[in-house]
Amino acid sequence: MTRTLPEPKISPELADFWAATRDGRLLVRACRSCDSPHWYPRTICPFCGSPDTEWRDHDGTGTIVTYSVMRRAPVPYVTAYVELTGGPTLLTNVMDCDPDALAIGQAVRAVFPKTEAGEAWVMFTPA
Amino acid sequence: MTTQGRICIAGIYEHPLRKAPDISTAQLHAECALGALQDAGLTFADVDAYYCAGDAPGGITMMANHMGLNLSQIDGTEVGGSSYILHLAHAAQAILSGRAKVALVTLAGRPKSDPLKPPPPGPATEFEAAYGIATQNAYAMCAMRHMHDYGTTSEQLAWIKVAASHHAQWNEHAMLRDVVTVDDVLNSPMIADPLHRMDCCVVSEGGGAFVVTSADMARDLGKPLVVLRGAAETNMGQDHGRNVPLTHTGAAITGPKAFAEAGVTVADIKYASIYDSFTITVLMQLEDLGFCEKGKGGAFVADGNLISGVGKLPWNTDGGGLCNNHPTNRGGLTKVLEAVRQLRGEAHPKVQVPNCDLALVHGTGGLLGVRHAAATAILERIA
Ligand SMILES: [Zn+2]
Repeated sequence: MTRTLPEPKISPELADFWAATRDGRLLVRACRSCDSPHWYPRTICPFCGSPDTEWRDHDGTGTIVTYSVMRRAPVPYVTAYVELTGGPTLLTNVMDCDPDALAIGQAVRAVFPKTEAGEAWVMFTPA
Repeated sequence: MTTQGRICIAGIYEHPLRKAPDISTAQLHAECALGALQDAGLTFADVDAYYCAGDAPGGITMMANHMGLNLSQIDGTEVGGSSYILHLAHAAQAILSGRAKVALVTLAGRPKSDPLKPPPPGPATEFEAAYGIATQNAYAMCAMRHMHDYGTTSEQLAWIKVAASHHAQWNEHAMLRDVVTVDDVLNSPMIADPLHRMDCCVVSEGGGAFVVTSADMARDLGKPLVVLRGAAETNMGQDHGRNVPLTHTGAAITGPKAFAEAGVTVADIKYASIYDSFTITVLMQLEDLGFCEKGKGGAFVADGNLISGVGKLPWNTDGGGLCNNHPTNRGGLTKVLEAVRQLRGEAHPKVQVPNCDLALVHGTGGLLGVRHAAATAILERIA
């Protein structure tokens, strides 16, 4: 897939996330108060409202919850929800795959394709 | 404060155009407003509450001034295609509270000639912008998961389009008037697996409007009395990644609330206008509103069950968004209009539901499976 990736519009308070993806690491934001990870990252927990949140390293493994192949795009691509091991579930793309061989429940691992400016998005590929 | 039959939809108008390259978007709004006011027997001077959404060119104050309105209630609630069903409920509250007497709601747009700009990027955009979420693949991901969990098939989804086409053949303004078969839908090109082109709504220009008044005022205006019995609205996102709602919608929340306010049950509904951006949209909302059990939507819609005069639940008898129109990619307002026609007995004779005295309207704004607003209204003809 050779889609041009947009540059993320980075919120200053979430800059650590994007610094990690540049290094090929996935951070998940979680709440110390209710112990729940959430997606997308926020500094105030969307479940309990606590500002006591922290970054946690994730190994980038997960499974496909659902997906669809966008056939009518100039370069067909796969959107998906991937449930990270232990949560949360995130909206993403599955790349470097045979779109016709994907399945719900399939194991995937995170990859970090880069934008022109060197920022990196979180995507997945079959494990 | 429940509405309980004290608020009426006193006037309706649907613009006949489906392609509008030679008329401004503001003029479309104004013509829709004029049409609905004339239908009610009212004028612009009577309007003291105005409701419009993100499709109003220049925003609500510019459109209000454009039409010469002098207002005591101004509400630009913008939640995509469901906005106008929320406007109906908000107008009812404004009239019940005594702050307004005549509320006007308009929708119009020209997605081909004058497309709406997307809203500015927000906090979720930072983490989603690269993934190519379009409308089609968002709903497709819902359909994929619904098929996985419940065994729903493409043939069953196709029946929804078939029903819409059966109705649209009688609507002289509908964009797609040819009756189609399940095979036609399955043989149309794949857009985003598992949704085919014919699982998708039309892209159309045009618009519509309606006028809301007290039942006391409407009684003097001469149209059959169509009252709002109950209404509810909600929002739904991704549950912050915990349990992303892929096979259910906001209708699961608004349906029961609206039924409770109306004091009726799903079995009492004679006609339903249910938003149909895609076939899967209809199926999931039907389940969530309680017309069938969760997961049984495929069996419910099959074999023509949504076709007026054939099945148990006459639905979108104007041809809906799938065949009639979907002004500026927003379906909520036209859902109200066809429900009012059915309740007045003014639907096309070939699709008119006999003794239609109770109807449900449901809309979704935004993207199922990603984030959306939802609204339900229950309408009754009382005279
Ligand atoms: Zn928390």
